[in-house]
Amino acid sequence: MPGLTGKDQVLTDYANKLAVLDAPKGRSLTQDALRRLSKNKAAVVSIGIVVLIILVAFIGPYFVPWGYSEVDWTSIRKPPDFDKGHYLGTDQNGRDMLARVLQGTQMSLIVAAVATVVSVTIGVVYGAVSGYFGGRVDSLMMRFVDVMYALPYILFVIILVVMFGRNPVLLFVGIGAIEWLTMARIVRGQTLSIKEKEFIEAARASGAKPFAIIMRHIVPNLSGPVVIYATLTIPEIIIAESFLSYLGLGVQEPQTSLGTLISAGAPVAEVLPWMLLGPAAVLVTLLLCLTYIGDGLRDALDPKDR
Amino acid sequence: MIETREPILKVRDLAVEFTLGSNGLFGGKKILRAVKGVSFDLYQGETLGIVGESGCGKSTLSRAIIRLLPATAGEAVWLGRDIQKMNSNELLDLRKDIQMIFQDPLASLNPRMTAGDIIAEPLKIHMPNIGKAERAVRVAEMMQKVGLLPTMINKYPHEFSGGQCQRIGIARALITNPKLIICDEAVSALDVSIRAQVVNLLMDLQKELGISLLFISHDIAVVRHIAQRIMVLYFGEVVEIGEAEQVTMDPHHDYTKRLIASVPVPDPKVEMERREERRRLRKAAAKAA
Repeated sequence: MPGLTGKDQVLTDYANKLAVLDAPKGRSLTQDALRRLSKNKAAVVSIGIVVLIILVAFIGPYFVPWGYSEVDWTSIRKPPDFDKGHYLGTDQNGRDMLARVLQGTQMSLIVAAVATVVSVTIGVVYGAVSGYFGGRVDSLMMRFVDVMYALPYILFVIILVVMFGRNPVLLFVGIGAIEWLTMARIVRGQTLSIKEKEFIEAARASGAKPFAIIMRHIVPNLSGPVVIYATLTIPEIIIAESFLSYLGLGVQEPQTSLGTLISAGAPVAEVLPWMLLGPAAVLVTLLLCLTYIGDGLRDALDPKDR
Repeated sequence: MIETREPILKVRDLAVEFTLGSNGLFGGKKILRAVKGVSFDLYQGETLGIVGESGCGKSTLSRAIIRLLPATAGEAVWLGRDIQKMNSNELLDLRKDIQMIFQDPLASLNPRMTAGDIIAEPLKIHMPNIGKAERAVRVAEMMQKVGLLPTMINKYPHEFSGGQCQRIGIARALITNPKLIICDEAVSALDVSIRAQVVNLLMDLQKELGISLLFISHDIAVVRHIAQRIMVLYFGEVVEIGEAEQVTMDPHHDYTKRLIASVPVPDPKVEMERREERRRLRKAAAKAA
């Protein structure tokens, strides 16, 4: 067909002409928000520190003289010793603390990232569907969330661990499966207000299917609360992971996480303080920075609320 | 001349009721009858104005016609087929033929989409097999037709003025070549000078494309300007329907008289006399009630 009339050729030429025609890019709401965020000093510094922590946690282990499970028999329970390369000292088994802190940070970050992605994905889809369809579907879906809420998540994780054995993947699933509940509630509330807007009615009047409306019109307009909540979920997940590891349900030896390191360091804080100080400093810095980023994002995405 | 033609939209005894939530555990359910048996015909290429005060059921009526809200009784027949009984394929065709323009220009555009994407959306739904190039061309042509520059294609709604936003809304409504456009208070949120521009644009487009308009407004002055026929709604009922000239110059119903008396005139002397007239009409209405 295209060769018959040459219509496509003509159209393509015209379209190309339109494309090169000076059509200035608009300022999207996201760009606006990023510009406001870049003016927030605390948030920018926090982003810098978090990026630095991530880079060091993933690249650092290649430059550290000792491995995280390597035992140095000559220095057990020793304070920082620069000659031997134990920059943060060693633990009771003679393992290098710096290497262990790096590995622990890595593990905590991975758990946080995966669990956040899981909870945001499930929460957004669930909440948007529930809010958009409303009525009986909504009541049913939200009652399920209420039931899940009532379940203590420690119990949930213990059941999972008993059934499938100890496994970091299980940790992601367990934490992600709990964290999405709050996300779903937030998203549902937002959806209820967005779906009454005229542009949703316009989309319905022009024949868009419910799924298309949810994906094209509702979800993009949810990005504000979702991004904010996600940044505030990450510290929550890191703490939950630390807590589970502290109870011995999380990461397994010789692997470690920030929570495991702190739980090992806490009882000996008086005699071997370097075992607690390193991981605690990283955890506190990380949580503080993420909270600042969340605050900054909230102000940037919703300038009216300030 | 009109009588010999078959109407494209026939509405017969259309009624819409809402069940209001019961107050308290034992409070009975209340039923709000928003539209009570409305009937009218709409012909190809004509403009029917629907006037009435806030809450008289104008918007509810329009949404029931295109099945955005369920009607509780009566029927709306589009080109010989009852809209209430259409299946999903027929409904999709209907959505292509009847488009809508909304009251709030900014709120009716998705803030996360560019003007080009907004105008192209109905095309993607109803003509999914036309190519990207042709779609871009059609969007650009439509933007020119409604008085927007094609170079604004990548801008976001918040970068446009109210009048321009409404032009985007009109372009979105026109892009599928509809046969009927429902304008729900389409110019009420615009200020007077912009309102005149948009109304004239609608009239020009109608002349050019031969579409029908269902023009809903609370402002009888605007409706008189654009519509050939006027229907007056009062508490969900039609109190008067007829040629625009006749309804505005020689209204039969008291409510229509009051509506017309409420239109301001830019002359203080005349306005003083009209104030007396309005007072008299109000008293008469109070006595009747």
